[in-house]
Amino acid sequence: MATIIEECLEETCSMGAHTLEDYESEMPRWCKGCGDHGVLAALQRVLRKNNIDPENVVSVSGIGCSSRLPHYMNTYGFHGIHGRALPISTGVRLARPELKVIVTMGDGDCFSIGGNHWLHAIRYNIDAVVLVLDNEVYALTKMQVSPTSPEGTKTNTTPKGTYLRPMNPLSIVAGMTNVSFIAQSATWLPSHLDETIEKAWDHKGLSFVRILQRCPVFMPSAFGEGGLNYPVTFLENESGIPVHPGLLKRGPSKPHNHFDLNDAQRVAATVDPAPMGLIYHNPELPTYEEIRAGRCKRPDHETFIKRLDGVLDRFAV
Amino acid sequence: MNGPQIVRLPEHIVEIVSDAGEGAQKAAVSFAQVCAKAGNGLWTVEIIPSEIQPPPHTTGSASGNRIRLAERGNVTNVGNLANVVFAFNEMALLSRLQAESVAPDALFLIDDQWATHDVEAYRKSYREVLEQVRKGGGTVIEVPLEKETQKHVDDTRRGKNMFAVGMLCALYSKELEILREVVRNVFKKKTRKVVDTAVKLATAGYEYGLANFETRFEIPALPTDKSMVAMNGNTALAIGAVAAGFDLCSMYPITPATSASHVLSDIFEDFGGFVHQAEDEIAAIGVALGASYAGKTAITITSGPGMALKTEFQGLAVMTETPLVIVDVQRGGPSTGLPTKIEQGDLLHSLYGTPGDAPKVVMAASTIEECYYILSTARKIAEEFRMLVIVLSDANLATGQQLFVRPDVSKTPRRPPLDLSPVADDALPYDWDPVTGLSQRLIPGQPGGMGVITSLNHDRNGKACYDSERNQRGHQMRSRKLAALQKSLQPPAIHGAEEGDLLLIGWGSTRGTIEEAVDMARAEGSNVSSVNIQFLSPLPPGLKKIFSRFQKVMTVELNYSDDWDDPLINAESRRYGQLAWLLRAATLIDIDCYAKVPGRPLMPVEIYNEIQKHLEEGAKPGKEKTAAQKEGN
Ligand SMILES: Cc1ncc(C[n+]2csc(CCOP(=O)(O)OP(=O)(O)O)c2C)c(N)n1
Ligand code: SF4
Repeated sequence: MATIIEECLEETCSMGAHTLEDYESEMPRWCKGCGDHGVLAALQRVLRKNNIDPENVVSVSGIGCSSRLPHYMNTYGFHGIHGRALPISTGVRLARPELKVIVTMGDGDCFSIGGNHWLHAIRYNIDAVVLVLDNEVYALTKMQVSPTSPEGTKTNTTPKGTYLRPMNPLSIVAGMTNVSFIAQSATWLPSHLDETIEKAWDHKGLSFVRILQRCPVFMPSAFGEGGLNYPVTFLENESGIPVHPGLLKRGPSKPHNHFDLNDAQRVAATVDPAPMGLIYHNPELPTYEEIRAGRCKRPDHETFIKRLDGVLDRFAV
Repeated sequence: MNGPQIVRLPEHIVEIVSDAGEGAQKAAVSFAQVCAKAGNGLWTVEIIPSEIQPPPHTTGSASGNRIRLAERGNVTNVGNLANVVFAFNEMALLSRLQAESVAPDALFLIDDQWATHDVEAYRKSYREVLEQVRKGGGTVIEVPLEKETQKHVDDTRRGKNMFAVGMLCALYSKELEILREVVRNVFKKKTRKVVDTAVKLATAGYEYGLANFETRFEIPALPTDKSMVAMNGNTALAIGAVAAGFDLCSMYPITPATSASHVLSDIFEDFGGFVHQAEDEIAAIGVALGASYAGKTAITITSGPGMALKTEFQGLAVMTETPLVIVDVQRGGPSTGLPTKIEQGDLLHSLYGTPGDAPKVVMAASTIEECYYILSTARKIAEEFRMLVIVLSDANLATGQQLFVRPDVSKTPRRPPLDLSPVADDALPYDWDPVTGLSQRLIPGQPGGMGVITSLNHDRNGKACYDSERNQRGHQMRSRKLAALQKSLQPPAIHGAEEGDLLLIGWGSTRGTIEEAVDMARAEGSNVSSVNIQFLSPLPPGLKKIFSRFQKVMTVELNYSDDWDDPLINAESRRYGQLAWLLRAATLIDIDCYAKVPGRPLMPVEIYNEIQKHLEEGAKPGKEKTAAQKEGN
C-alpha cells in the first residue's frame, strides 16, 4: 500500500543541489563596465549548472585586475604572484587530481611574465580550465603596454604608440606540443562566454580559453570600443560552441573542424576577423596527472618500510 | 725480496686522479666501498674538472677522488695532506701538487708509460714532474698501468681504473674477495662481459700489487656491532626525503643539487612519490607550493642561482603561511661561481633574500648522516608552524661519502590520511593564536573551509587589506612563530670544555673539521672549544651565555671576509663572515671570524694553525688594535 510521503518532495529534490549564491563571496571590486564581472558570473553559472561542491574547487590566479577573481568566489582560492598561477595550479593538480582547478590570468600575467609557464603548462596538459582575460593592456599597474596591445597603442610606457606588433597567443598555443583545447570568446558576448567556459569545463586536459575583455578605464578603445564593432567570425560545428542566432548580429559564422590541428592552426593564425568559439579540441590526450598517478602508488606502511630498508641495503657495508 | 714490509697505520689519505673519462672516480668509489666493507671509517671528496670535456693530459682535466680512511668509524672531514697519490698521468699528478693537498713526502704511484712515450713533450714533462716530486721528498713508484691493462682490453681508457683499484687494494692489504664483490656490484647494470672484464682487471691489478709492492699498508678496522651504510649527502637527502614522507619533489637541474633528484627519481615512485622536473626554478617552487597548499608534502631542491630565482615564491610561501621545504645545496658564488665546489655563501641570502620582511626557518646539515635525518625535522616544522623551512647543505656534503650507522627504518612515522573532515563554519584561514602566531591549516576539499589565501597583506579571514594596523598584525603573527619555535630548541652542545680562551663557532659541513682541529689543540693543552649551530633562524637559545664564558669567540666559515691586513680594512669597513655577521647582530658581542673561500673543504690543520695564532694574540681585543695601529702608520 502506498504511503504518503511527509517530507516536502521539492526540498528533497533540491537537497544537495547548489545555488548561485553558494559560489559567491564578497562584492567584486572591479570598475563599473569591466569585462571581468562577466567572466566571474559566467564561471559561477557553470559551477552551478554542474552542481560542483565549492570545497572541491580551487581558483588560482596571478596578479593583476583579473587575478582578483578568486577573492570573489566562495571556493578555495590561491591569489598568487605575477605570472605564476600555472605552476601553483600544476602543483595542486598533481597533489590532488580530484580537485577542480580554475586559473585566471591577465594578458601580461600569462603571455609576458608567465610566458615560460604558459608554454610548459600546455605541454604538461594538466587538467585545468585556464582563462586568460586579455584586455590588451596592463590595467592594475595603470596602463602599460602588453604583448597583445595593437601596434600604435599609446600607453604610459609607449606615449608615442607601441612600435611592436601584437603577439597572437592563439597561434602560439596551437603550435605547442600536447595542446588539447583552444577556444576564444569575449566578455561582451555573455551567452557565448557561458557556453565556452562550459565546454572548457567538460574537457579533460588543459583548456586554454582566451577571453577578450573590456577595460573601459585604461583601454576603452580596445575591441572596437568594447566589442561593439569588433570584427569576429563564429566557428560553427555541432560539437563546438553553439552559435545562437542572436550572435550573428555581431558577425558571420563559418564551419570549422576543431579536431583537425592543421585547420585549427590556420584559424588560430587569423586575427582579423577574430575567430570565436572552439578552435581546437583533442579529448584523447592523457593529462600529466593521469600519467603520473598510474605510476606512483603509495604502498601500505609495512611495504613502505620494507622498501625503504631495501634502498638502504644498496648502501650497506 | 724478503716479502713486503707491512706498515700499520691509524689513518691515511689517498687521492686517485686520471684524465676526465678514464674512470678514476669509479675506481675511487670502488676502493672506498672495499674499505668501508672492511670496516674502515671514511670520508671521500670528489676532485672534479670544471669543464665537461677539458683537453686530456692537462692539469685541468684531472678528475678523481680523495679518500680518507681510518680505523675509527666516525671520520667527519677530508683531513689534511694526502699520503698517497695514484695518478694516471703526470699532469693529473701535477694538479694535486698545485692544489697543495698532498704531503711533500707522500707516496706517488704513476703510470710508467709516459717515460717512454712516443711524444717527446710527454716524456719531458713526466721527467720534470717526477723530479719535482723527488726533490720535495716524495717517493715514486712507477707502475705499468697502461701496459698491463692492454693485456686484457683494447680500450685501456675503459679498463685502467679497475687495474688501479686492484693495485690500491693490494697496497692497503684488503681482501681480494671483497674487491671482486664490490666491482661486480659497481658494474651490475652492465653486460656480463663488462662485469667479467672488470673483475679480471681488478684481480690482475691486485696480483700485480701483491707481487711487486715492497711496502704495504694496513689500516685495521675497529670492530663495531652496528650495521653501517656509506653514501654521499645528496643520496642521504634523497632517501631521507622518502623517509620523511614527502610526496613530491619538484626541481630544475643545477649542480651540485641535481644528483639528489637523480636518486629520488630512481626510487620515489615505489613509495608513491615522484619527481617533477619543472621548466625552471621558479616553476619548481611554484609546483611544490601548489602541492603543499593542496595538502601534500612537497620539497624543492636547488643550489644558489636557483635559490635566487625562487625568492619571490619564497615570499609567497611566507605570506600565505603554506608549509614548504627548500633544500639549497650551496655552491661557490656569486653568479654561476664555482658550480662543483664548496662554499657557504648563501646563509644571509637564505635568511634575507626574500622581498619584504619574511621570517622563515633556516637549518644547516653538518654531516652526511644528518642529511638523512634533517628533512624529517624540516618537514615537521614546516607543517606544524605553517612555515617555509630552508635546509642548507653544500657541495662537500653533497658529493662526499661518509660511513654512518644505518638508520632504523622501523622508526619511520606512519602517515595518516589527509584530514578532509568539515571544519566549523567560523573557521578562518588565519585563526592566529595571539601569542604564538600559529593557526589551523585549511585544506581544499574540507567543507566549510572555503577562503582565499593571498600574496597581499590580509586579515584573519584571508581578505586583502592595506591598513597599518592589520599590516602590523600580519607581520607580528608571522614573526612570532619563530619565537615559538625557538622556545622548543635546546642550547647547542659544546665540543670541549664549557669555558676557556677561545670558542670556535661553525655551521654546516665544516663541523667535523673544526672539531678535529679543536681536538688537536686540546690535546696540547689549549683551552679551545667549539659549537656547531644547526638552527640559523631562529638561533638556538643560550648563545650569549655560552659566548660570555670564553675570552674570545670567532666563527669558522667557508665564505668571504676581509682580512685585517687588507688595504683599507678596519673595524668599520671590514666585511665579516656571514655567521659572524648574524651572531654579532644577535648577541652584540665582538665576534671575529676566520672565513675564506678556497673552493675546497678546510683542512683541520688550517684551523689548528688559526687557533694557535689567536691564542698567541691572547685575550686582548687584538684585531681592533692592529687595525688602529695600521691607521696610525
Ligand atoms: C614580479 C612582478 N612584477 C611586476 C609586478 C607589477 N604588476 C602587477 S599586475 C601587472 C600587470 C597586470 O596586467 P595584466 O596581467 O594584463 O592584468 P590586468 O590587470 O590587465 O587584468 C604588473 C606588471 C608584480 N606584481 N610582480
Ligand atoms: S582597470 Fe580595467 S581591468 Fe581593471 S578593474 Fe578597471 S576596468 Fe577592469
